[in-house]
Amino acid sequence: MSIPTLYCCWICAVCGFVYDEAAGLPEEGIAPGTRWADVPETWGCPECAAVKSEFEMVRVSDAA
Amino acid sequence: MSRPVVILGSGLAGYAVARELRKIDSQVPIVLVTENGGEFYSKPTLSNALALKRAPEVIATSSAAQMAVQLNVSIRVRTAARRIDPHKHCVMLEHEPLEYGKLVLAVGAQPIRPPGSGLAQGVHSVNTLDDYRRFRASLAGCGRVVILGAGFIGCEFANDLCAAGLEVDVVDQAPHPLQRFWPAPLANAFERRLAGVGVRWHLGRGISAIRREAGRTAVELDDGSVLHADIVLSALGLSPRVELAREAGLRLGRGIVVDAHLCSSEPSIYALGDCAEVQGQVLPFVMPIMHCGRALARTLVGKPTAVAYPPMPVALKTPACPVVFLPAPPRGQGDWSVEGNADDFIALYRRADGELAGAVLLGSAVGRRDEFVRRIGARQAVYG
Repeated sequence: MSIPTLYCCWICAVCGFVYDEAAGLPEEGIAPGTRWADVPETWGCPECAAVKSEFEMVRVSDAA
Repeated sequence: MSRPVVILGSGLAGYAVARELRKIDSQVPIVLVTENGGEFYSKPTLSNALALKRAPEVIATSSAAQMAVQLNVSIRVRTAARRIDPHKHCVMLEHEPLEYGKLVLAVGAQPIRPPGSGLAQGVHSVNTLDDYRRFRASLAGCGRVVILGAGFIGCEFANDLCAAGLEVDVVDQAPHPLQRFWPAPLANAFERRLAGVGVRWHLGRGISAIRREAGRTAVELDDGSVLHADIVLSALGLSPRVELAREAGLRLGRGIVVDAHLCSSEPSIYALGDCAEVQGQVLPFVMPIMHCGRALARTLVGKPTAVAYPPMPVALKTPACPVVFLPAPPRGQGDWSVEGNADDFIALYRRADGELAGAVLLGSAVGRRDEFVRRIGARQAVYG
């Protein structure tokens, strides 16, 4: 029996870019499934360079 | 009672100014006027929403009402500004004047359309959330899309629609997509990789005619060939919306001309975003808007702050071939050098004196974006 993993999405309040934990950002070296807390604190929004503290959690989605 | 700061436009630019201003002044009345519904959403999201499985309903992340509460601003939705009276410091709305202390024009740009064709011919352009909802609704049941224009928006939509299972043809007069932004080896690699996921390119081709025929749209190219589309997406570029500014007598270039403090030729009227020409450039991207919003907020509270653009990467969100552009400022000449291979290209743009002025990173090289931002370093603002 598998337990579904809950991944979150985090949205940049400045420009609306969405970081999806399930998808990660492989092109920036952030593997799929990387939790928001594990995204480096030095990371900035790829769209507008906003810092992590400008992001808000949007929704929780179920992912297998 | 102090007159409000009035902001025309509820896109990223309008909301950036409202947000940044509220961070440093909790008291000044702010009125935001928008022709559309005023939802906060990320326009860059529109061209990769299908691949991210984001339905139109979730793209607007806050309603106008939520933004009004969150930012403590007044928002007038579905309200057009008819005319600006710079002498009376007043904007004429549909039926009433709205007086301003300071006026910020964040009215954006309008899509350049192919002459003589619109929704009646099945030709969509997408520059607002309303456009996007209409486009997605019309996409249902379509098998083949023809995209006019191989710029940023055309290329991103091409990848997104291919990933969603549609047949995609892209037409552009230029020999390469994003012709002005990179040297040929990178353009070629990009074309190959997108062709690899199904995009059909028709480059170096103009459009002769667009006709609605037998329930489809026939796009005739200048070589006589005809592409039969179920739907056409026009992505031919953006033209700054300058009509209000023109009628108010403001100085115009390609956009509303503003100085380093984002002030127009009329004191008390400012502009930023896709409608504005800052340092001689109209930069319809996210990072310039953020820098302008922060500087303008300070100027509006009486601490004049010039905009000084650092290197501002622009990401091309095409998963088949990610690209990051760091365009050089259009001052002076330079030359490209290219390194890399099919998966991982870097193009460097150097001035005659060897200074690194710009770069393009393609494929896995996009992970080195921050390194190149540092190498290119701070640019000089024209105004010093």
